[in-house]
Amino acid sequence: MTMKITDDSPPILSALDRPNSYIGRSVPRPNLARLTQGRAQYVSDMTLPRMAHAAFVRSPHAHARITRIDAAAAKKAPGVIAVVTGTELAKVITPWVGVLTHLKGIKSAPQHAIAVERACWQGEAVCAVMAKSRAEAEDACELVEVSYQELPAVTDAETALDPGTHVIHPELGDNLTFERVHVAGDPDKGFKDADAVVETTFVFGRHTGVTNEPRAILADWNPGEERLTVYQGTQAPHMMQNLFAKHLGLEEHQVRVVTKDVGGSFGIKVHTYADEMAAVALSKLLKRPIKFVADRIESFVTDIHARDHRVRAKIGVKNDGTITAWEIDDLTGIGPYSVYPRTSGIEANQIVNLTGGPYTCPNYRARARVVFQNKNVMCQYRAVGHPIATAVTEGLVELAAAKIGMDPLEIRRRNLIPDDAHPSSGPSGIKFEALSHHEALAHLDAMMNYAGLRAEQKRLRAQGVYRGIGFASFVEVTNPSAAFYGVGGAKITAQDGVTIKLDAQGAIICQTGVTEQGQGAEAVIAQVAASAFGVPIERVRVITGDTDNTPYGGGTWASRAAGIGGEAAWQAGKALRANVLACAASILQATPSDLDIRNGSVVDRASGNERLSLAELARIAYFRPDTLPPGFQAELMATRHYVPRAWPFAFTNGIQASYLEVDVESGFVTLIKHWCVEDCGTVINPQLVDEQIRGGVVQGIGGALFEHCLYDERGQLLNGNMADYLVPMAAEMPDIEVGHVVTPTADSELGAKGAGEAGTAGAPGAVMNAINDALRPLGAKPLTDMPFTPGRILQALGRV
Amino acid sequence: MSERFHEITITVNGEEVRERVDARKTLVDFLREDLALTGSHVGCEHGVCGACTVRVDGVVVRGCLMLAVQCDGGRVETIEGVADSNEIADLQQAFIERNALQCGYCTPGMLLTAQELLRSGAVPSRETIRVHLSGNYCRCTGYQAIVDAVEAVAKARASQ
Repeated sequence: MTMKITDDSPPILSALDRPNSYIGRSVPRPNLARLTQGRAQYVSDMTLPRMAHAAFVRSPHAHARITRIDAAAAKKAPGVIAVVTGTELAKVITPWVGVLTHLKGIKSAPQHAIAVERACWQGEAVCAVMAKSRAEAEDACELVEVSYQELPAVTDAETALDPGTHVIHPELGDNLTFERVHVAGDPDKGFKDADAVVETTFVFGRHTGVTNEPRAILADWNPGEERLTVYQGTQAPHMMQNLFAKHLGLEEHQVRVVTKDVGGSFGIKVHTYADEMAAVALSKLLKRPIKFVADRIESFVTDIHARDHRVRAKIGVKNDGTITAWEIDDLTGIGPYSVYPRTSGIEANQIVNLTGGPYTCPNYRARARVVFQNKNVMCQYRAVGHPIATAVTEGLVELAAAKIGMDPLEIRRRNLIPDDAHPSSGPSGIKFEALSHHEALAHLDAMMNYAGLRAEQKRLRAQGVYRGIGFASFVEVTNPSAAFYGVGGAKITAQDGVTIKLDAQGAIICQTGVTEQGQGAEAVIAQVAASAFGVPIERVRVITGDTDNTPYGGGTWASRAAGIGGEAAWQAGKALRANVLACAASILQATPSDLDIRNGSVVDRASGNERLSLAELARIAYFRPDTLPPGFQAELMATRHYVPRAWPFAFTNGIQASYLEVDVESGFVTLIKHWCVEDCGTVINPQLVDEQIRGGVVQGIGGALFEHCLYDERGQLLNGNMADYLVPMAAEMPDIEVGHVVTPTADSELGAKGAGEAGTAGAPGAVMNAINDALRPLGAKPLTDMPFTPGRILQALGRV
Repeated sequence: MSERFHEITITVNGEEVRERVDARKTLVDFLREDLALTGSHVGCEHGVCGACTVRVDGVVVRGCLMLAVQCDGGRVETIEGVADSNEIADLQQAFIERNALQCGYCTPGMLLTAQELLRSGAVPSRETIRVHLSGNYCRCTGYQAIVDAVEAVAKARASQ
């Protein structure tokens, strides 16, 4: 395994070093110009003939029986086309249950597109109104009279399993969704052998994705062709095709899902949402296009939430810094339903998998419990489980280091899995092909001038300025195989495909099952295809997001697009090159192996001299095939698929550092600088990787400092708007320096792993550790309760 | 009760339009729904996110906090207009080269807000750029690439 540190423009890797290779180059994304001109096409921009707008009457109660719905006045309101209740819609669409067989024992109850008889969280849709305009639909929603009988609301995860607590779904017996216990090594002996034990409780505030474009869907059932076309801002068109077909009683070939521009996703748009399923069912019921775009309050009360975890955690450490044992007890409340089809057990499961992941200590005891409650649902959001597992692990490591008086980088040097020890596994048994923790740490140390910052910190403390430095090493799940969802029975494909065809002028068209929501998947596919086949990137067009016109694929989530879609593009490009060279050889009466395709032309492999332009080859193959030798058929379209098989996941690794200042009078935190060194294997486009890291870091900072869905004890969301729910804005964010170590995966020729989760995975832990580092000399109680608001910081300082 | 619907005349991107609009209709809904100018986006609908940023009589405003009827007789410029006039061609190019947009939803508002700062001709500090853009929400980039792009354009314009 070769490993090297790269700067912002890493040299091209030799195995992929074809002439005119675009791999490793910061090529601008091909689809950006129209986005800067107001010429994008988001689903929220779309209209269709006969289209009606849907708005929903939503439950104001966290838990209530629906005793009566009177829609008479609403039906007569201006512009109204139809008013449909859950009971009426249930005749068109079947309910679903969000469980997976590989999460042993996970249970949930049937969820309807529109609530039937009972609403289980504040914001659940109880009735739909369709009108000529959204405004008229909303007006009429006001006229729908719904009578509710309030039921006990289960809101506190800590008491959800108490015998006296109301059971939300009586048929399930209790409020336990899922529980996992994992013991590895000998944790009891580990804690006994420790010179010091640190025990604390970490709390992570429930927060959400706040995509700038809310969820949007436009469903068009055409009875004339028995076909459903759904324009949807989704990350997984083929998954949605399967689900729409399944629950509407259609064949999959009757459903087409088209995904154009998507205004942000981050895992928010990879789930089944009841109101989106309702929109599709309403189109079938009413035989006309139905558009639904969530407004901001609807987004806050229905977009999946995440991260609401309480983790009791313990670490044992010897005086020489050796970590001897880990223990965690995670509790999370996920709302009234496990979200379909990925379930709401995955984040807790990931926390068990990932805690202690970067380190050699094998003694580990973990329990995770997932419980139902009457709040909005929780499910997978960017970096699923990583920010929690990383903050817990790294929080424990730095608290342990402080307790034994060791430098936080030194304790990591003594415990991180050695770079030459791979393949290896984490304490939970997760398998690592090859990681580079120590190389990354050394790179970070130099990049941030750690020693210099410590000196500056010391000098400023003497002046009453409290700055802190915090770190977070992490491992990151990318390139998931079928082990993630497929083995659990979900129709979520781990493989992906790319089809490349030569057009009649010698350009290539790539159709791919991975999708684009801003990450740069189109650019990556174009770069890889151009390099593998041999054309300038200007001669590559990429088509994504259309189940009628792309190979079957999983879409873009869990950092899979570059590593999995990219490899399929690489293989398809090579296959088409072989086909085109066979055709060129027959035209030129040459041997294919003596030829190559470079910069858009068929050339003599040895001399590089042009033998035939691709345009001329395409002209002959498409328009004068009669001139080709008898029996030769040119095949100018090639498809290849790829799925990781050797490893369940292509784990990556990295380390982050945060440098910040705490105003001990006000409790405000000023972020001064942030660093991240990560290893995503082959870097296809350094700029895109860096920007994934930066965006991810800021999303992680949001969870650490600002973002929090605040509920009262009755299950009412108190801050469902962007004025009260704080998100990171430009003025508060630091510049972020990114470095790379390159350890390609040997599972693919391309060697690329993912990079989308890394920033979000490490940032909250690094910021938490930096705050605690800043406040340590003041004797503050360590802060472990995110978000770290000024009020909480002043409390830790004992000032309020 | 006064009239609910009003005839308004607005010059939008240099073209005069006459429409009958509901008094309650916001400017951004009017642009998107009545004129099909979908480059201005709706994000939060209460003036926080900046996705609906447009210019009215030369001043950057939130399209969700203004009513269409308030613009009667006025001049509205949207991203489509400033893109077609090449007013911000250098800024758009800088955004593309620096990958200062990912999903692109905030971009029209971000460009118009940045142009407001850049029109002064000065070279603002990175901190000034960050503060000026602090009313425009971007979930994707973490802002640094946007700051880089705006800074690069400020420097390039100043050196011309």
